[in-house]
Amino acid sequence: MAVVRDIMAPFDLLQPSTAAEAQRLLARYGADAWVLAGGMDSFDWLKDRIKKPAVVVDLSGVTELRGIRPWNGGLEIGAMTTLAEVANHPGVQKNFSLLADAVRHVASPQIRNQATLGGNVSQDVRCWYYRAGWPCYRAAGETCFADTPVGRNREHAIFGADRCVAVHPSDSAPALIALGAQFVLRTASGERVIEAEDYFVGPNREITRINLLQPGDLLASIRIPSDFAGARFYFEKVRDRNVWDFPLLNVASAMRVSGGVIQSVRLAVNAAAPTPLRLRRVEAAVAGKPPDASTGAMAGELAVQGAVPLQFNAFKIPLMRNLVKRAIGGVEKAVWA
Amino acid sequence: MPEPEAPPPGASAGPALSRRKFILGVIAGGAVVSAASYRLLAPRAASRPALLGGERLLTLRVNGRLRRAEVAQQETLAWTLRYKLGLTGTKLACDRAECGSCTVLLDDVPHYACSVLTHTVRNRAVTTVEGLAAPDGKLHPLQQAVIAEQGFQCAFCMSGFLMAAAGFLKTNPNPTRTEMAHGVSGNLCRCQDYSKILDTLMHGAELMRKGAQA
Repeated sequence: MAVVRDIMAPFDLLQPSTAAEAQRLLARYGADAWVLAGGMDSFDWLKDRIKKPAVVVDLSGVTELRGIRPWNGGLEIGAMTTLAEVANHPGVQKNFSLLADAVRHVASPQIRNQATLGGNVSQDVRCWYYRAGWPCYRAAGETCFADTPVGRNREHAIFGADRCVAVHPSDSAPALIALGAQFVLRTASGERVIEAEDYFVGPNREITRINLLQPGDLLASIRIPSDFAGARFYFEKVRDRNVWDFPLLNVASAMRVSGGVIQSVRLAVNAAAPTPLRLRRVEAAVAGKPPDASTGAMAGELAVQGAVPLQFNAFKIPLMRNLVKRAIGGVEKAVWA
Repeated sequence: MPEPEAPPPGASAGPALSRRKFILGVIAGGAVVSAASYRLLAPRAASRPALLGGERLLTLRVNGRLRRAEVAQQETLAWTLRYKLGLTGTKLACDRAECGSCTVLLDDVPHYACSVLTHTVRNRAVTTVEGLAAPDGKLHPLQQAVIAEQGFQCAFCMSGFLMAAAGFLKTNPNPTRTEMAHGVSGNLCRCQDYSKILDTLMHGAELMRKGAQA
């Protein structure tokens, strides 16, 4: 797929230096404008000429969208902060190591040096039929090429499919959901703060979108409340290669344990469905129970109830069962007899 | 496999000009490059005078020097470095941030030059493999280690590995072999020469530490 043909099709590159200016440009060009953060999602679309925006608005010069600052005992992370900056930030490492752990599992070192947190949660799905420009449902067409008896769907969804079976590819998203993060959007009608899990839009709601951003909107920052600061965290990502690959499945949990039982817990998985999934039923079922192997086993069983595998991805069911089991019950030490 | 046919009359018997010299020659001549794999540009170059549409004059800081180039708005840094500035040490292989051969440093941090728009690095210091050696020509310790350890087989990936390692060693000058492997995990070697590459980079790191003490 990746063949050097020539450089990208021409576009007007606009480089605002403030968020207000960026919003003005985005409002002016509407659906003709493409928002460029780190570019790790954008350049594939542009180089393959699947998307041909007339105008690209580059946010790399908007310094106010970058950086990590204290917020209400927690942290506020500018959307243009790179994943490497998030992973290396002392405050993130100290109190929210779940997020540092998650972003360290993204792609490769060079990509983490350039990709942004806002971009990681806002990137489009990676289904190859869709990315190659096939006229599928998500591309406003009338079929799904992955959900057929011979479609290549090993990486696709076991939950939440509705015509489109692509999964959400972000590693940071489940960690942010587990931490109870809030996303701060700048829209034409003003600032809007929403819960992390509500940022993502599944195909049952609107099939050609992946998040709440409308043309002209900006994701400005992500706030992490202090609720789970320094809590017990678990993150695990399973992928084919240890570098570059998107998750086949990942899991993130944050829990407070006291008196030997789970006081509060938030749990999310990604790459199982078209949006990151918060597992509320599992959270409710394990509350008040000890975080041990039997609670973990119960959590795993509950998590995969209702899963619908496609032709080539049934392996994701035991995989998800085991990841949730570990996230809740801990990891058993391997015994080599 | 059938035998290769004899070259047509008039064709040169061997490569009179290396690819690198050809590219450098074209750049020196001020024309837009038209190497075989980039043939799509050729008709445009022929039908227009010197520039493509949308090009703007930029000043870039590359290897400690100010370099001026006419750069299209959609142009990647790898393209500018190779075809506008003649710095062909930066290799372009996948062009999709998936192989690492185009790795350069932006303000000392490794990036894939294939996935950076040149217009976004106007205010940043770009370092390519050509800028690793000291101004007096003394090779960088990582380069000395390449010679000492003979670490690369075909070495197409070498400049990317060296830049990734140079950037990583600025954050961790004394890595374990595993840490170094993580540091350069964004680079691929299709000769599968990873063990010797790691020997080389670890040796280079050691030379750097010795140099810092001296």
